[in-house]
Amino acid sequence: MREISYGRALNEATRQLMEHDERVFVVGQGVISPWYVGMTTEGLLDRFGSRRVIDTPVSEDSVTGMAVGAAIAGMRPILVHPRMDFALLAMDQLINQAANWHYMSGGQVTVSLTVRLIVNRGGEQAAQHSQSLQALFAHIPGLKVVMPSTPYDVKGLLVASVYDGNPVIFIDDRWLYDAVGPVPEEMYEVPIGRAVVRREGKDVTIVASSYMAAQAQRAAVRLEEIGIDAEVIDLRTVKPIDSELAIESVKKTGRLIIADGGWAACGVSAEVAALVAESDAVKDLKAPVRRLALTPAPAPMSASLEQAYYHDADDIVMAVRDLLGESEF
Amino acid sequence: MTTDIPLAMLIELHETMLKMRLAEERLADALLAGEIRCPVHLYTGEEAVATGVCAHLNEGDYVLGTHRSHGHYLAKGGSLKAMMAEIYGKVTGCAQGRGGSMHLVDPKLRAFATPIVGATIATAVGIALASSMRGDGAVSVAFFGDGATDEGRFYECLNLAALYKLPVLFVCENNFYSTHLPMEARQPADNIYQRAEMFALPGVRVDGNDVCAVYRVAGEAVQHARNGGGPALLECRTYRWRGHVGPHYDLDKGLRSPEELAAWQARCPVKRLEQTLLAEGVLTNDDLTSIHWRIEQEVDQAIAFAKSSPLPEAGDLLKYVYNDEQGR
Repeated sequence: MREISYGRALNEATRQLMEHDERVFVVGQGVISPWYVGMTTEGLLDRFGSRRVIDTPVSEDSVTGMAVGAAIAGMRPILVHPRMDFALLAMDQLINQAANWHYMSGGQVTVSLTVRLIVNRGGEQAAQHSQSLQALFAHIPGLKVVMPSTPYDVKGLLVASVYDGNPVIFIDDRWLYDAVGPVPEEMYEVPIGRAVVRREGKDVTIVASSYMAAQAQRAAVRLEEIGIDAEVIDLRTVKPIDSELAIESVKKTGRLIIADGGWAACGVSAEVAALVAESDAVKDLKAPVRRLALTPAPAPMSASLEQAYYHDADDIVMAVRDLLGESEF
Repeated sequence: MTTDIPLAMLIELHETMLKMRLAEERLADALLAGEIRCPVHLYTGEEAVATGVCAHLNEGDYVLGTHRSHGHYLAKGGSLKAMMAEIYGKVTGCAQGRGGSMHLVDPKLRAFATPIVGATIATAVGIALASSMRGDGAVSVAFFGDGATDEGRFYECLNLAALYKLPVLFVCENNFYSTHLPMEARQPADNIYQRAEMFALPGVRVDGNDVCAVYRVAGEAVQHARNGGGPALLECRTYRWRGHVGPHYDLDKGLRSPEELAAWQARCPVKRLEQTLLAEGVLTNDDLTSIHWRIEQEVDQAIAFAKSSPLPEAGDLLKYVYNDEQGR
């Protein structure tokens, strides 16, 4: 199969959706900019024109509300917030409005809206340009939250999100944009709400999503070199979360590490730990569950602090070795 | 003079306002009797605004309302029975008992309302964006109070709608209070309609207690939007007789004077039109009596329907959280 980058796959999915369906349009800040959202919307303006590729004023709240309104009227908008941090201005429209419309109308109103929230951290951007706030959205009934980690998934999940019939928070990570992998040329869907086993193993289960899922696979390769056989589960969707694979895996390995790009407190890693603790897999645990999440501090600026703040494959390897030490591997 | 408005329309305007008034009088009684638990924001005194605007809308047009939206819902053709049942929390309500008074909705009628201040202004802009993209000729109307003009989103929405020249009408029901707080404690200038000028839009101030005046101004604005002329802002100056929420007049709270209320009640929009209809010989006193009686019957039936309808099943708590049908 042909291999393309994550960013290119996102671009291709958007273009194919717009070609396939008149109701799909792209709206948000920087969507006609050559650099604002990477290459993910490159060429769309030329192909579809400014009526379907709408680069908006910096009005996050009302632009989000506008996208919700268009969705209520039957369109399928792809709304883009180039930095997730800025979408906080639109929380009323996302949480009070989009998430609740179907319920509070007794099932009569649907909001088929895809909201791309881009994680855009690193580069000394500091506290307000770097956040991974998936937990905020995953808390909310009525929203779905997807966090693709591969070029294949980013295309398939965008298609699935646009056709889902619910508001979907689609979190893509710029640290993944250059990752290359096999992607079919035609349109296809990756089902929302299904995790996947990326690598089978018997010694320890690593559950992760998005960038951390990619890092977990790297970590697993290194762990193999030192004789540790790690199973890697990529959540892909964090709401509704699919804990089944994690639970089955823990029954086999007896050890669980959850790596998440957000904070630990009330976060995605806490949710996975709780779901495993509530399942019968809890009896199979040979060691305490370990969470690898951000230090509970705002995103720092200086490179030295950033280096310490963000986790990668090395940190996962260390956490696994620690955990196995604790359980007398 | 009302000669520019067809007689049949005058009669329709009157009946619509009267339906709102009588329905809400009955709701006030039901609230006092403790039959209703959900928060109810009565529109009494403001009926001319929704009535005069919605008279120009057709089935394809959209109405977006607020926490105070009984009037908008009824003016767009909403069912009294479904509204009453919703307010009583019954499964036969227009939102199956999931919304209540603050979420009156009927997608078939294209009427929607939610209570976060100013939120549905953006919804209306988005629906108008969809209409503009599809070229379906529909007009969206956003109704909101003067309190919503305290919100930044109001200005964002005027800007977006003007920028994209969308078929949307912004109707501010200026009743001079944001819950308990009067205009003069919130805004330094009494000039809501003039804020349209900042976005190169037409802005008009109108007596919101004169249904004929609202009807005339709204007619032009709706036509303007429908013809591709873009949005407009109407400031309809009106007054809510009762307190912010609930059946009481709240005069004991020291927020407003009895004289202020009395002055506005003397300008009651329903009575004003009735006097005109009588003076111009459109209707007789007997006609009015029979119209009142007929609408009261309708309200009675709606209340009876609401009371006799079943409550939602507790087992259905999870129903409608997600839309299970993929929209192909």
